[in-house]
Amino acid sequence: MTDSTPHSSHVPAEGPAVGQDEWVARHAERRYFRGGIFGAVEKRVRVVPWWAWLALFLGCMSLLPVFSSSGYVRRVGFDTVLYMLLALGLNVVVGWGGLLDLGYVAFYGLGAYAYALLDSDKFGIHLPTLVSIPAVVIIGALAGFLLGLPSRRLTGDYLAIVTLFFLQLFQTVTTNGDSMFGHNVTGGPNGILRVDPFHVFGHDLSVEHQGVFAVSYYYVALAFLLVVYVALRFVNHSRTGRAWRSLREDPLAAETMGMPVNWLKLMSFSFGAAVAALTGTLFAALNASVFPLTFYFVLLIIVYTMVILGGSGSQPGVVLGALVIGPLLEMLRDPNKSRILFYVVLVGSVVLAFRLSRKLGLVAAGTVALGFVCHAIADALNHSWVAGEKAGGFAGAVAHWVIVPAHTARWLPPTTYVGLIGAALVLTLVRERLRLVLLVPTLYFAAFVWENVMLQKPDPARYIVLGLVLIALMIVRPSGLLGERRVEIV
Amino acid sequence: MPVAEKLLELRRVSLAFGGLKVVTDLDLHVNEGEIVSVIGPNGAGKTTLFNLITGIYRPDEGDILLGGASIVGLQPHQISRRGISRTFQTLRLFLNMSVKENVMAAAYGRTHAGVFRSMLRTPGMRREEREIAQLAEDCLSFFGQRLMGYRWNQPAYSLSYANRRRLEIARATATRPRVLLLDEPAAGMNPVETHEITELIGRLRTEGGYTILVIEHDMHVVEGISDRVVALDHGVKIAEGAFEQVATDPRVIEAYLGTTAAATK
Repeated sequence: MTDSTPHSSHVPAEGPAVGQDEWVARHAERRYFRGGIFGAVEKRVRVVPWWAWLALFLGCMSLLPVFSSSGYVRRVGFDTVLYMLLALGLNVVVGWGGLLDLGYVAFYGLGAYAYALLDSDKFGIHLPTLVSIPAVVIIGALAGFLLGLPSRRLTGDYLAIVTLFFLQLFQTVTTNGDSMFGHNVTGGPNGILRVDPFHVFGHDLSVEHQGVFAVSYYYVALAFLLVVYVALRFVNHSRTGRAWRSLREDPLAAETMGMPVNWLKLMSFSFGAAVAALTGTLFAALNASVFPLTFYFVLLIIVYTMVILGGSGSQPGVVLGALVIGPLLEMLRDPNKSRILFYVVLVGSVVLAFRLSRKLGLVAAGTVALGFVCHAIADALNHSWVAGEKAGGFAGAVAHWVIVPAHTARWLPPTTYVGLIGAALVLTLVRERLRLVLLVPTLYFAAFVWENVMLQKPDPARYIVLGLVLIALMIVRPSGLLGERRVEIV
Repeated sequence: MPVAEKLLELRRVSLAFGGLKVVTDLDLHVNEGEIVSVIGPNGAGKTTLFNLITGIYRPDEGDILLGGASIVGLQPHQISRRGISRTFQTLRLFLNMSVKENVMAAAYGRTHAGVFRSMLRTPGMRREEREIAQLAEDCLSFFGQRLMGYRWNQPAYSLSYANRRRLEIARATATRPRVLLLDEPAAGMNPVETHEITELIGRLRTEGGYTILVIEHDMHVVEGISDRVVALDHGVKIAEGAFEQVATDPRVIEAYLGTTAAATK
């Protein structure tokens, strides 16, 4: 051993040594606190405690009925709160436990059906609400536990398949439950009707008041949201919550550090299921009926979208995700609003893809010019090609740019739609320069397909726009709106 | 001189993966307060030995005793609660959790607050939370300023490699083990950091009071810390004793360098 190796006993105790530079050592610390105005704002915002944010948020939410007496708006508000509850529950399983649970909405359905069976004329059982709600929550938690039992040794894809099977099982049982061993239990496709409203302290919570959606359920839902949010937050900041997240990060290390991984997985399933079941009681009581098809894939995907978009693992994130997606889906039912959103997303993603560069200018100018040229040519050839319905405002302006024929041929929608998908695929295969050139007609083509094909069918179109929003947002913020930045492998 | 108590003892432990014998008839013991190093070429079965002790693998034959009681067949988390904790050769931190939470999470086995008490934040639960936080701070302060202050709230992935190794040791000590298993603590460290780790392992025994079993390739570290060295090759113990004795053992040299080198020595 020579003297130059630091293992020898006489290492210099003080003075600069390799890796001991103070400036280097404090590099991360300096970077951690952002400077400038943003840093100052960030520091101020960070001292606001979580409960103050929550109080502010719930305060704003509870003012909704004050500002809008429209039953429709209130109903959308109520549905959004339900989505928030569902997203919070799913966040326990997916965001903290890291378990890909594709059977989640089955527990929502289970809660709704359980409430409907316990409080309706179906079997003549009318339990008091304050008994039936805890009962349903316990049933949900037990069901989550039971589903967890066979799946606790599964991870990733395998778990997803088994839980998906559970959702399918729930569907099959509820749809065919009208002759279960000779008994009509679930009412089959006709569901269960005349479910009791909530009944507390001698008062029925009425759904409608003089023909308009009554706000009582909205406030009950908000109260549920408060309780669920706070309870889950407290669990997250306890040994159980830390163990859940450890399990998500590295099950083997968690197990070796004294955490019973299998038990924790079961608990995570149970908690998610209990929250979903609780939400189900609200749904059943408000609608006074339950049907099997409500609790299916589309709903599952929507709740997942909220969790991912808001930031999986972050409670404020998933609530925000629900707040964005819930009303958005409603707005997209209106063609004019969904049209504006479509173009905003389209322009937004092009801007994000190119940033503020010369390429952006070229693509934008090219697309606009191409539109007017095509429109003029089509007009000159045959006026009926551009004689589609004219409206004022934004729609009218767009109609001067996109070709909208008076009559769309039968073959047009499928061909152009498939053609657009093909064009998008081609874009991913060609090289930089060619891609730039091809992007211009593809964008115009997309606008054409939107105006002529998708707007005719608003329901699929709104999911397509939702998908576009999600893709665009995931490019900008892969961790979701309020999610912490995450690393997978380092 | 009284015979030192055998805190951890392996008796004729064997493990095979199919036809491949990974560990064969291994006898090993670690006395209370001792630091024992395990050396051997890659693939000698050192990490497998750790996996056997921590319950990740179950031995085909033989027995593993902690303080005289068998721990064979227990789940890893149960073994952790009996007092064995480890670090990993390939770091296995909870990367997306904060530095402090990484350590706090490891207190799970020693704490009791259930979910309902957590939801209600009962006084007992809050007291326990404070104790866990205090424990984490104590474990982290063992490394001087390296894992202190603003770093507590940073995610573990933001740490440098050497600090991640330190954090893993801090996390392992948060289970308050009787035996600490360190799997190549100096791997990937620069010379200064390696020196620091050597000192640290010594302090873990003197100040922390841990009994330590360590796998290490860096012979300077092994020489610096070990009371006793065990050499493994192909899952068989080929030498045991003081460092000089093992390092000059012809079978050890053969295992590391091949037969020719052993003959010329």
